[in-house]
Amino acid sequence: MSAISFPEPVLAAEAAEHAQPRGARRWYRQPALASGLILLGIIVLAAAAAPLLTPYNPIHQNLGASLLGPSAQHWLGTDQTGRDTFARLLYGLRTDLRIGIIAVLLPFCIGTVTGSIAGYFGGSVDTVLMRLVDIVVAFPFYVLIIALVFVLGPGQRSIYIAITLVGWVSYARIIRGEILVAKRQDYVLAARGGGLSSVRIIRRHLLPNVISQAIIYSMSDIVQTILAIVTLGYFGLGVPPPTPDLGSMINDGQNFLTTHWQLTTFPGLAVVVVGLSLSLIGDGLADLIRPGQS
Amino acid sequence: MTFVFRRLLMLIPVAIGVTIVVFFMIHLIPGDPARTVLGIHATPQRIAILHRQWGLDRPLVSQYWLFMDRLMHGNLGQSLYYGVPAAGLILSRLPPTLWLICYAAVLAVAVSVPLAMIAATRKDAVRDHVVRAVPLVGLGMPPFWVGILLVYALAIHVHAFPVSGYGTGFGGHLHSMFLPALTVAIALAPVVIRSLRASMLNVLGAEYITTAKSKGVPGPRLFLRHVLRNAVIPAVTVLGINIGFLIGGTVIIEFIFAIPGIGQLMINSIFQRDFPVVQGVTLVFGVLVVLVNLLADLSYAALDPRVRFDR
Repeated sequence: MSAISFPEPVLAAEAAEHAQPRGARRWYRQPALASGLILLGIIVLAAAAAPLLTPYNPIHQNLGASLLGPSAQHWLGTDQTGRDTFARLLYGLRTDLRIGIIAVLLPFCIGTVTGSIAGYFGGSVDTVLMRLVDIVVAFPFYVLIIALVFVLGPGQRSIYIAITLVGWVSYARIIRGEILVAKRQDYVLAARGGGLSSVRIIRRHLLPNVISQAIIYSMSDIVQTILAIVTLGYFGLGVPPPTPDLGSMINDGQNFLTTHWQLTTFPGLAVVVVGLSLSLIGDGLADLIRPGQS
Repeated sequence: MTFVFRRLLMLIPVAIGVTIVVFFMIHLIPGDPARTVLGIHATPQRIAILHRQWGLDRPLVSQYWLFMDRLMHGNLGQSLYYGVPAAGLILSRLPPTLWLICYAAVLAVAVSVPLAMIAATRKDAVRDHVVRAVPLVGLGMPPFWVGILLVYALAIHVHAFPVSGYGTGFGGHLHSMFLPALTVAIALAPVVIRSLRASMLNVLGAEYITTAKSKGVPGPRLFLRHVLRNAVIPAVTVLGINIGFLIGGTVIIEFIFAIPGIGQLMINSIFQRDFPVVQGVTLVFGVLVVLVNLLADLSYAALDPRVRFDR
């Protein structure tokens, strides 16, 4: 299941609150969306251009220069094996962002397909699929992710599998709920009356109208996925060393908390800023899309 | 009564599904599970014993029957590290976890209700915007990182709370578990604040509030009796939906703060590759969430008659 979910009435209430006149609905007039996109753009650029921004290799150890404080050469100092913290931060951001975004693609697709099937056809297909959702939801998010990655063995592949097995249910629930409402609309009845196949109705008529909800949700889902990846990295179940990862950086730095607090603090702050940018984008998209639908 | 009965009936497929998922965990292990679990230095005899114990030499369906048969007798297998039954081990570690869950839920509500009230009573004022920024920042904070920083600030620097541990006696638990419970509450608060604010705004716009105002109901009384009472139900629902997140968060936090609960047991067992214990804890967590959800649904039905007729 998703780590965090809101019940429908809350989202509806927030949507109503944000209803705005049409003219204000350009994306750049949405302060939340615009600032979120700019912030995320800066982060992605910084992560992508890491080799240009820092001369240091994130896995190159230099024991003669271990645990240095922040200076002009090492902006955030160095860790216990003399690796530059700023370089590791940028490269770690790169690793975690990439895995986090790729990891939600498969659950997004699987959840959308199963959710549309359950919502459109109803009946026993719906019952079976929704019971399946109930079973996955019965496990606490972190417990299931940690247990699955442990069983599958640490590493990227296991992360993708675990996030997929757990993450699809949220998309299935959202899409199913939206389709249940949308399929009673006149345009769907007309399409049916016109003799279009179910697949075509779902693909061409229903999904374009309901997919926005899943896209909005996927923003907070990426945040939760990155948090899960960082947590797995902290426990040594994530990306294996020496590949820089923000979670393992926090774990390494923890031993030097009292003397070198920056080793633990900055990787966490980087995650917070990524989360902030994606949350802003999600909220902004919700404001942009929802009033137009009602 | 029929609502309670139907709700209990829905429990059966989920409970069976939970056991199937936990059972299949063995088969997700790449290669021969017994060899992987015991490590490369295991003797063929030990591997053969584990094969027999887990019934790996039988067909899948009969393996599941064996698993269920043992489960019904309270047998979760033998811990490979401690050499004692996993069920007893898990049971003895349960109280600190339950303590942490309840403490964290109370703190989450204690933090969220005032903040949501501050925001909702002056919509779009500066204080509303400040409160609305809290979830945006809070959702992206890794819980274990928050825990580490809290330890650094409040335990190592200020000495206000112990760095770790469970404490003894009721007061000791309250004192020792404050930081861990606060960490879980901080992770949960963003969602609760957001929902509570939205539902308070909804209630504030309702006609019965206008009526109460025109009758001259004084402010504090209006807020407590008319607004908060109705707004709190959706917030409790949000807490209920996210109970899995609350319970799952304790796994990480128990490890950070060295609280001897089942979350810490799970992480330690992962480090020790103690598979039966990991499997058992996963099952217990699943059962815990299912039971808490049941309890939440039943208590809504008792508190709010509308729920019983709605479903």
